[in-house]
Amino acid sequence: MPLVDLIGIHKSFGTNPVLRGIDLSVHEGQVVALIGRSGSGKSTLLRTINGLEHIDDGVISVDGEKIDARDTDLRALRLKVGMVFQQFNLFPHLTAAENVMLAPKVVKKAPQAELRALAVEMLEKVGLGDRLDHYPDQLSGGQQQRVAIARSLAMRPRVLLCDEVTSALDPELVAEVLAVVRKLADDGMTLIMVTHEMRFAREVCDQLVFMHQGRIHESGPPEQVFSAPQTEELRQFLGGIG
Amino acid sequence: MVEFAFSDIVWNLLLALRWTALLSVVAFIGGGAVGLLVLLARLSSRRWLRRLTRGYIEVFQGTPLLMQLFLTFFGLSLVGLDVPAWLAAGLALTLFTSAFLAEIWRGCVEAVPRGQWEASSSLALTYLEQMRWVILPQALRLAVAPTIGFSVQVVKGTAVTSIIGFVELTKAGTMITNATFQPFLVYGLVALFYFLLCFPLSLCAKSLERKFHAAR
Ligand SMILES: Nc1ncnc2c1ncn2[C@@H]1O[C@H](COP(=O)(O)OP(=O)(O)OP(=O)(O)O)[C@@H](O)[C@H]1O
Ligand SMILES: [Mg+2]
Repeated sequence: MPLVDLIGIHKSFGTNPVLRGIDLSVHEGQVVALIGRSGSGKSTLLRTINGLEHIDDGVISVDGEKIDARDTDLRALRLKVGMVFQQFNLFPHLTAAENVMLAPKVVKKAPQAELRALAVEMLEKVGLGDRLDHYPDQLSGGQQQRVAIARSLAMRPRVLLCDEVTSALDPELVAEVLAVVRKLADDGMTLIMVTHEMRFAREVCDQLVFMHQGRIHESGPPEQVFSAPQTEELRQFLGGIG
Repeated sequence: MVEFAFSDIVWNLLLALRWTALLSVVAFIGGGAVGLLVLLARLSSRRWLRRLTRGYIEVFQGTPLLMQLFLTFFGLSLVGLDVPAWLAAGLALTLFTSAFLAEIWRGCVEAVPRGQWEASSSLALTYLEQMRWVILPQALRLAVAPTIGFSVQVVKGTAVTSIIGFVELTKAGTMITNATFQPFLVYGLVALFYFLLCFPLSLCAKSLERKFHAAR
């Protein structure tokens, strides 16, 4: 049984249909990359998986937690799904460690003694064990994004969603963040990511999903998708990004 | 007729100044507490609650404080509650303050970037948890300066309560003027005392604004 199962997902913004019937299954430990043109619905799809976007139709299930268009209580789902954003979205009034500890403290009511150890563990995992008490504005973009990853991991999600996590970074900071993501993948974390880093996707992903006009236009293992695109749209897309 | 020496005038005005200060503090604390509730209702996901509180805020922002005071004072006696002037004054000022503070604070809450809501949602925080731990702490920094700035309006607003007979600074000024026939001197002192209350608040608001502007 897949860990993440999307069935018949539909979503419109007003009269603009953005997701037009998405079916996608992701198994435990898989790494899936969503690619496609700007506006094809990649972010929207990703955001439906933890309920940041409400769906009009379809069913989302993650590790047995099912939601459909009528559900409003998303807490159980969100406990299973972590998310990392393009703009980091760290809490600026909290230190790196406090960012990491907040949700375990507030949502999981973890005891104070465990919290600090958790922050240390998670920040060490992303190579920031020496930045615990720094505020976000005292960190570089790459460091901030790594704190954001640690913050998500601290809730021990079953799957991590990453929306263009390196797009807001200066080029020289991209590698350090990708290295962390790669390590998560190697450690068996289930990942669904939107990315424009094609080389990275090729190396790390098990499955590449090409979205076009709100549908999954083509998908498969990266070697196949890159070397033998089946559709004209994907050929054009891959050609366009060189 | 009693002769008023200058020192008597100052002394009597100072006594009345206490009531102005007390009324201001009561209105500010009461208004802050009620304002917080109004704020939460204003930001609620329930539409009727948002509409109701928007109406509340607009009524208080769109009518003179004096009318609000009259309506409270005479309205309460109309329904058979014979309230003393100080209570009507405190109540009217509290409501007035709550409406303005709720609106100031709403602006501050909305100035917190959407990404903060999204990140905290994705971490499974509930609405109230998001407010408590993520949004309000950030909004608070933004709110300090305009809130203290508004407290100056509250202090000056207390002057209208003299109309219903509450003896605060302005009312005391009027009474002393009637006894001394020295309106320029007495009202000059009254104005000076208001200034001495308000000016430090303005200064404080300005310096906090500068401070939080620079801080993260
Ligand atoms: N909150 C919103 N309100 C209205 N329309 C939206 C909203 N969010 C996205 N859209 C629209 O939905 C469509 C898909 O947007 P989405 O962000 O999912 O695309 P994307 O594939 O992630 O693009 P990009 O590569 O630029 O990030 C676009 O046409 C966009 O304008
Ligand atoms: Mg996007």
